[in-house]
Amino acid sequence: MSIKAFLNKQRVHWMSASGPESDVVITSRVRLARNLTGIPFPHLMDESAALTVMRSVERALAGGQGTIVEGLQLVPMSHLNPVERRMLVERHLISPEFAESGTELRGVAVDEQGALAIMVNEEDHLRIQCILSGLQLRQAYAWAEQADNALEQTLDYAFDEKRGYLTACPTNVGTGMRASVMLHLPATALTNQASPMFQSISQLGLTVRGMYGEGSEAAGRLYQISNQVTLGLSEEEIIANLGTVVAQIVEQERLLRSRLMQEARLQLEDKVLRAFGVLTHARMVSSAEALSLLSDVRLGIDLGIVPPAEAPTLNELMVAIGPAHLQQAAGRELGALERDLKRAEVIRSRLTGTR
Amino acid sequence: MYCDDCKQRPATVHIAQVTNGVKVERHLCEECSAKVQSGSMKFDVGLTLSKLLGSFFGGASAPATGDLKTCPGCGMTFQQVRQKGRLGCGRCYETFEEEIEPILRRIHGNSRHVGRVPVRSGERYRLLQRIDALKQQLQAAVQAEEYERAADLRDRLKELERERDARFEGGQAQP
Ligand SMILES: [Zn+2]
Ligand SMILES: [Zn+2]
Repeated sequence: MSIKAFLNKQRVHWMSASGPESDVVITSRVRLARNLTGIPFPHLMDESAALTVMRSVERALAGGQGTIVEGLQLVPMSHLNPVERRMLVERHLISPEFAESGTELRGVAVDEQGALAIMVNEEDHLRIQCILSGLQLRQAYAWAEQADNALEQTLDYAFDEKRGYLTACPTNVGTGMRASVMLHLPATALTNQASPMFQSISQLGLTVRGMYGEGSEAAGRLYQISNQVTLGLSEEEIIANLGTVVAQIVEQERLLRSRLMQEARLQLEDKVLRAFGVLTHARMVSSAEALSLLSDVRLGIDLGIVPPAEAPTLNELMVAIGPAHLQQAAGRELGALERDLKRAEVIRSRLTGTR
Repeated sequence: MYCDDCKQRPATVHIAQVTNGVKVERHLCEECSAKVQSGSMKFDVGLTLSKLLGSFFGGASAPATGDLKTCPGCGMTFQQVRQKGRLGCGRCYETFEEEIEPILRRIHGNSRHVGRVPVRSGERYRLLQRIDALKQQLQAAVQAEEYERAADLRDRLKELERERDARFEGGQAQP
């Protein structure tokens, strides 16, 4: 499947909401940083070295028949227009910095389901990422590891017995692994439990940030928690630590949700139904407002307040209201006001099936 | 007046910047100015990040031992590494080993990798790890006066060391 066809698909793997605990955990993601031996890291590379890395990865992918990377095509960023590059960011498949320039010196390969993505010449020569629905860190790691093994059959990695996988930034060295989960924590946020929880998490070698925007008042009450330490722990330990903490956060969120339902049912119903009302009737919606209202509706669906639209619809919607996806849907560049109009239209049609 | 950047849309935003004592005025449309502003915000974030990393490296300005060392792999000096907050290539880790050791401890609380090893190129490493483990078991057996077990371990150790010498021409797992 070409990358253009892939971009026309509305749903990628993680949006299916089919994973475990997907009432709270939206995605699990594992990213491995790898570099080729004998070539300077991307920030020091000249053009010919960058192209050498691109060719080497192309060859490694072509040699991956019978493995998880079979059929993956490395697409130079110069083959994608800015909107297409931003669409990959909105789908959480590439980093925002990586999307900025349309150079032939960087490339991306994505599998058909959008679960596996490989960035070439980002901060490191390779970033191998697997993103799945719900709490599936082990599975995400297993797939990333398979891709890593397949590529390593051809590529010579910069690896040191003492320091592990060598990376441009010393914060990634060792396993080169960043595991993260995206969580929807409306009850935790509504009851002001987010900040104290985050403080205790940061003492466990994990970092928390708002998925969209910074701080504990994250837009859409979506948070990302990831490991900070990459050296001196095995991949399994890192995943087990993160998984344990996430399981506790999930428990607490569910507890707070049911307490909210017991103690403030009317207020909660009012909040959720108002959000539903605005989203199904508004003619203009900003991105921040939409994320916040969608968070209310998502909570309402999980608590049975709102008739259960399919949960996948909400994950798709979260992505479909991003500026790049709106412009792709409109087939042209949109100004800020036009985007707010288009966003409202997309939300109305998805939530009610009409315009 | 048209936008300085895209030269298509009317300029509605006027920015005056003073860079190195020189005042530069720019006239931009709304969209291009948003790009500039988000760009400069990113620039700021980048700066703080490298500052942060600079502090991992003991501050960008304070001279450190090893500043004059140069990496044979990429030509970076340790001073440049500290300023950038990044290493230049894989060999930098070896070249600046002493300087990097305390930095890794500060970031990770550890400085030694215990995770996964590349499958194809990791064979030597796994062999050396097994040799190290056997040596430790051997020492423990000798201390416990389990001489039969020690003899057995010594045989296995010799075998692995022969394999190591034949395939990888020696080398130590623990430097
Ligand atoms: Zn302009
Ligand atoms: Zn170097």
